[in-house]
Amino acid sequence: MLSKRVVACLDVRDGKLAKSVKFVNTRDIGDPVEKARQYYLDGLDELVFYDITASSDRRRIILDVVEAVAEQVFIPLSVGGGVRSVADATDLRLAGADKINVNSAAVRRPALIAECADAVGGQNIVLSMDIRHVGASRAFPSGHEVVIDGGRQPMGIDALAWVREGERLGAGELVVNSIDADGTRDGYALQLTRMISDATRLPVIASGGAGTPAHLYEVLTEGGADAALVASMVHYGNYTVSGLKRYLNERGVKIRMSW
Amino acid sequence: MIVIVDYDAGNVRSVQRACVEVGGDAVISNDPAAVADAERVIFPGVGAAGAAMRNLRARGLDAALVAAVEAGKPVLGICMGMQIALDRSEENDQETLGLVPGQVRRFAFANPALKVPHMGWNAVSVRRPHPLLNGLEQGDECYFVHAYYPAPADLEVVCAVADYEGEFCCALARGSFFATQFHPEKSGRVGLGLLERFAAWDGRA
Repeated sequence: MLSKRVVACLDVRDGKLAKSVKFVNTRDIGDPVEKARQYYLDGLDELVFYDITASSDRRRIILDVVEAVAEQVFIPLSVGGGVRSVADATDLRLAGADKINVNSAAVRRPALIAECADAVGGQNIVLSMDIRHVGASRAFPSGHEVVIDGGRQPMGIDALAWVREGERLGAGELVVNSIDADGTRDGYALQLTRMISDATRLPVIASGGAGTPAHLYEVLTEGGADAALVASMVHYGNYTVSGLKRYLNERGVKIRMSW
Repeated sequence: MIVIVDYDAGNVRSVQRACVEVGGDAVISNDPAAVADAERVIFPGVGAAGAAMRNLRARGLDAALVAAVEAGKPVLGICMGMQIALDRSEENDQETLGLVPGQVRRFAFANPALKVPHMGWNAVSVRRPHPLLNGLEQGDECYFVHAYYPAPADLEVVCAVADYEGEFCCALARGSFFATQFHPEKSGRVGLGLLERFAAWDGRA
């Protein structure tokens, strides 16, 4: 059987590593290439880069980062942030990204998912969703709404409806990022993650809220996630990737333990 | 010199970077003459069987690969490069190279919890010793991304299996041809070790 995955997310701004709290107040915390290599050697299963550069030369910067990391890190690399076209996706693939994350641009123009899936293979397209709890209503039967642009812009789209649409359009994997949990370190949005895992055949990466090893355990068991994404937990040195994996393994989660 | 065959079917540069990491001298080429001159050949690839065969035939690479294996040159197939070595694939109902007798089938599960593609890390269990698998230990995992799996007719060729609701062949060997369903270039230390051994392999089991 497949192992559950521990995935580290590196938010990259202007080629440097940044970490946000509730999607604002980002601050630089180091060199992404160095961190990526460190996590790789410590047993990381997959790496995600999220480009939050705002400047106009952003594409070149992130391509350079991806290329530098791909030379040193031999696990799957997933890259997102500002992917708006097939050209963005193919450029990132050429630079060394295995998987391409689409988010805001796909909500604005869902055909982007199908176009990218066609160009680089659906299994390599990750639909990354920022989701906010709004309470169940006629407009939001799942009680959750899709937001975009780093969590600022509500889109009036029900989260489960978007999951189904993303799967239909050919996405190969989902990142479920809870805006409410992001940066809190109080734990993943378990109910949201479970609801989405139960509604799709695509692998689900849970994102937002990890603060302790127990949070990863919960989301990989109760939450039904295939992978748990961590950021600040490991970036600030409070926990190590290998330590998290040992914790999960000791509690019976199937996890890759030799690297 | 390792020649990595480029036929528009995948991330050949990832394979090249991994070869460089283990000290291999690797170039990317889509020229059948380069395959003929190569000391050893890596035949990677992702994507669909139909497109892969079309691209290979359009450049005469299909014949070059078969000739390389027949000449006893070390050839490593990866993922789609493994699948199109068999006779036929259910994907696009495509006739393939026929280097290894057998079929490629799609995963079909009654259990909806099992996802297709089979994507992620899974344990690789050695069934038959092979120089390229030396050093693999019980529980070592590799990275997979595929919806179809090889079903060789002759079980003697099976070198390793992985389990996804039943065992399937994830590494096979026939003469100087060796192939993996997993991606050694994305499988950390375990995968790099395989590539390092390939870079020194003489093509003999």
